[in-house]
Order: sequence, then C-alpha cells, then structure tokens
Amino acid sequence: MIEVNKQGEVWVFAEQEEGHFAEVPLELLSKGRELADQLGVGLGTVLIGSGVEGMAKTLFEHGSDKVYLVDDAKLAQYQTASYTKAVCHCIEAYKPQILLVGASAIGRDLCPTVASTMKCGLTADCTDLQIGTHIEKRTDTTYENLLYQIRPAFGGNIIATIVNPQRWPQMATVREGVMPMSEATPGREGELVRVNTGITEDDLKLIIHEIHREASKVDLKGARIVVAGGAGLGNKENFKHVWDLAHCLGGTAAGSRAAVDLGYIPHDHQVGQTGTTVRPALYIAIGISGAIQHTAGMKESAKILAINSDPKADIFKVAHYGICGDLNEVVPMLIKAIRGGMSVKTNG
Amino acid sequence: MGYNIVVCAKQVPDTKRITGDAMKEDGTVNRAALPAIFNPEDLNALETALAVRDAHGGTVTVVTMGPPNACEILRDSLCRGADKAILVSDRRAAASDTLATSYILSQAVRKLNADLVFCGRQAIDGDTAQVGPQMAEKLGFTLVTYLEELINVGNDGIRVKRNVGNGWEDVTAKLPALVTVLDTANTPRPYMSKRLMKFKKAKCALELAEGVCPDAMAEKGLLIDMWDLDALECDMQWVGMAGSPTKVNRILSVVLAGGDYEEFEPTEAGAAKLVSELIEEHTIG
Repeated sequence: MIEVNKQGEVWVFAEQEEGHFAEVPLELLSKGRELADQLGVGLGTVLIGSGVEGMAKTLFEHGSDKVYLVDDAKLAQYQTASYTKAVCHCIEAYKPQILLVGASAIGRDLCPTVASTMKCGLTADCTDLQIGTHIEKRTDTTYENLLYQIRPAFGGNIIATIVNPQRWPQMATVREGVMPMSEATPGREGELVRVNTGITEDDLKLIIHEIHREASKVDLKGARIVVAGGAGLGNKENFKHVWDLAHCLGGTAAGSRAAVDLGYIPHDHQVGQTGTTVRPALYIAIGISGAIQHTAGMKESAKILAINSDPKADIFKVAHYGICGDLNEVVPMLIKAIRGGMSVKTNG
Repeated sequence: MGYNIVVCAKQVPDTKRITGDAMKEDGTVNRAALPAIFNPEDLNALETALAVRDAHGGTVTVVTMGPPNACEILRDSLCRGADKAILVSDRRAAASDTLATSYILSQAVRKLNADLVFCGRQAIDGDTAQVGPQMAEKLGFTLVTYLEELINVGNDGIRVKRNVGNGWEDVTAKLPALVTVLDTANTPRPYMSKRLMKFKKAKCALELAEGVCPDAMAEKGLLIDMWDLDALECDMQWVGMAGSPTKVNRILSVVLAGGDYEEFEPTEAGAAKLVSELIEEHTIG
C-alpha cells in the first residue's frame, strides 16, 4: 500500500493488445480527466507492452497529461505476474491517488492481483465514480475528497457507494461503455515518462501455446436500435420474437443477464452492469423486469419501450413507452404494425 | 502421483430469486429471506477438481468460509465426491472485504499444503471475481483465470484453455497454481446415491445436537472440520474490519420513481398507434 497522497495523480491503465487500445481506457480518460480536474491534479496513464511508445500520442490526445511507459520485449503479451509487477512498480514510484482500469478479461485478472500486492482496496464494475466526503462514525473521522466507487449489488436491490479512505491507491474497475468516450484533441501533447521495472524471465509464469482472438460479432454499443429479451419470454423458443423484432427494425438482439443465464442468448449479447452498456436511439425491453443491474446498462437510451405482462415491473419506471400484455401476442402485433407502417412510409 | 487439490466454495443468496421480502424496511438485505445456494461456478470448480483427482489420484478438499449454515454446501460437496470438507468460521472474520477474505482463505490453503486450487470465477452475490486472484497473489501461486477447458495436468503444470471473452488462449501454468473456472467448463456431476445416504448426515461441531459426541461422528467420517482464525495462524491486522481497506460510505435501497411513460393497449390498434408515433418522431423508420 502507499500512503494517502493528496497530490497524487489520477491514473488510467491503458490496456492494449498487439498495439491496439481496447475502447475502455479511452472512455476512462474522460472520467479520469473530470476527477483529476476536480481534485486539481494531473491525469496519467500507464502504458505497458513491447514497442508501444508510438501509442502514447493517442493517450495525450485523449486527455492524458503524462504517460508512464513500460516498454519491454518480455511484456509483449499480457501475463498476470509480469504486468502486476510493472503496475505495482509504477504505483510505488509515482504514488497516484486513483487507478481506474477497464473491467475487461485482462482488467479483472490484473486489478485484484495488483490490489492484493499493494494491500489496497478495489471495487469491481462501478457504474459511477464521484469525489466526495466520508465520515467514519466509529472514530468520528472525516475524510475529504475520496473516490466514491458506486455500484449496484445484491441482485440490483441496492446501490452501494464504496470508499477506500486510508490504504491507497483507490482502485476501481469499470465496464466498457459505461463512461462516454473521451474526445481527442489532435496535436495535444504531454510528458512521456519511461519506467524501467526490471521484469525478468522469472516473472513469466505461463507458457502461452496459442492465442486466438476473434472480432466480436455483436456490436451492441454501435447499434441504433437494441431489442432485448429477459426471463419473461419463458423459453428459448419464445425468445425468437426478440430476434424477429430486431430483424424487422434493423436492430441488434440482446438479453438481460437472466436470459443469458437461462441460455436464451449468448453472453456477448448481454446488456447490464456485468455485460455491455448501451445508449441506442431506441431500446425495446421485452419480458425484462428491470433490476437496477440491467437498467444500469440501458437507462441512457434516448427512447425506451417496455413490454411486460406485469404492470408493476420496474422496467416501466425507466420507460418512455409501455405496453402491458402477453409478450407472445404483443410482439407479433408490433412486427405487423412496423411492417405496415414502414411500407406506408416507403410508398408515400 | 496424485495432487493435493483444494476447492474454495461459497454459499450465496440466490440473487436470481430476490423478491420484495429480501429487503428490510431500512434498505438492508434480509439474508434470512433469501434461499442460500452453492455458488454456481464453484460447482464447476469442484467438478474440475474431481476430474483431475479421478484421472491422476490425490485428494479434493473443499473449503468454505461462513457461519455453520454454510456446511450445507460442504455436505453437498461430499455427496458429489469430495474427500474432505472444512468450514472456516470465526466471528472475527465478519465484515471482511475481498482482500481480507482472500487472506483468510489463503491461510487455509497454506495449511492444507495444496498443489492446485480451483475456485469459481465469481460469486453471484458480489460478482467481483477478486478473491481467487487475490488468493493466488498471497500464496505466490501461478494464477490462471477463466478456465473453459481442462486440457491436462502433467509435469510441466496444468494446461487449460481460457476463455477471455474476445477469444481464447491455450496456456500451461507451473504448479502450484490457482485456477478460476467458468460455468461453461463442464456439467457438475450429481450426487452419488451411496455417498448421499452417508454424507447427508455430516455435520460440523456447532451443528451437533446436544449429547452427540464429536469423536463418534469423526470416527464415522461424518464430522466436518472447523477451523477458526487461530488455527489458521491469521494476523488479526489483515482480517475483518481492520483488514478491509474498502468501507461502505452508504447503501441506497433502490426505489425507482414512478414511471411517467405513455401507455399503449396490447392490441393491434395500440401497436399501430405506437409504431406511427415512433416513426413520426424519427426514432424508427
């Protein structure tokens, strides 16, 4: 752990693979900039890899004041032990107050290990981050300007605000799509800090036989219309209605966590806190009860249509339009109306 | 040669079946009203461990931390084929966050002198996926997350196919190693009827009815070992409230404001009216 350091920077881990950034670090730079400005400190990024110096430019343009570069041939591929050593070395040397990391497969492997090494706190899958005060009643101590790490918990019945008052850095992971993408300012410059972390062959604990990457076939984030189904569909057969409506609107089919758990639709289609966060022009929620963990991933949609047989379902509370009725009847009616409506429009 | 395998498991509230009763009026969770289940991915971890033991010999010990009620999942593990079950239970462990929990469990693994540890990727009550990796760090074990397929265990270590979301990796990790397991890795085996008849009666000392002698239970192989933090030689500065760097600032019970939405009838006319409105405002079409 490092001491509380109010002058410490706000840091973002710049996850990259093969010289390409994941989207989430560039999203975190927008939130990181906001937090750093509020605290009156700089915004830094930690860039680790092999031959990645050229990537620093993008980070500066997206708002980073400093890039801490750990460039080493042994770091060409992500491994838990070697990357943990590199990140912890940077933390100990430069003492940031906050470290934000994308909740990707890599981030969720790296972060707990770093937090365990540093003996500091970590909150997973935050849906919001703010700066605020924490009063510890037991000792009557007030801590100013802490990172509020906000996340739904317990099946979405509660929203917890977690703080990390004493054992820093304050660490949080955030899923892709939760924060808006930072804007690039072409030509914006910053300071490159080269860090030598002394990684050795001993730090490479894995033998990697093969790495296979596939471009995601599902582009939920880029979809203008998302049609999502939940457990209310009742079975995989009925879930076909979701696909049908998505096809007829030129939208993308999605599912709640319950639908994914029930095997109605693959995980890469999941919307919500532990899936993808979307902001489409139209979000249609079919048979989704509307637990906060789901709405966290779609409530910023421009228009929300809820279709549910339960008039008391929470999903209606975030909806702009609602139909309460039997899903298996309502969705085909809607498809019929859309086909009719669209063709009228085309003809006219 | 066999492997000394430890599975870390958690009893969790069934968050899929949360109802209104699950929340108290003050907005805190009423754990008593929630059915408690074996964390689903921990069953996949147990299955992976049993498969390694069946192929190579050795023992599978299941460890859980919790109150005596958590013995339910230990009995379940024994019925499915685990060789040994241990309950880590101590009031001083209350309020432990993931870091403190990982410290306590890693002390248990140390005491068991394990070669291989399997955990579920994450527990459904918190979804943090932190305790497994943090245990590996504390133990100095090689960490492998997201096992989707166990390829083999041999002299070089454990070889697995990891599912990393946007693809997969085929890796070998030197032992000792800690591996977190996905729900897609396997289908947990059911209870074996002979074992069920026997181990449904297994109990930890705190569950025994008055007058039942623990030694007699132990003789029959039906006593679930209980370890407290002293048995684990835990340093108290790293457990419970003191050992947990994260603190709760506040908990908001989720009460969504009443919806102000436009309602349409579940009829063809209602559907047509909605669609024409969506087209008119250029949301669709």
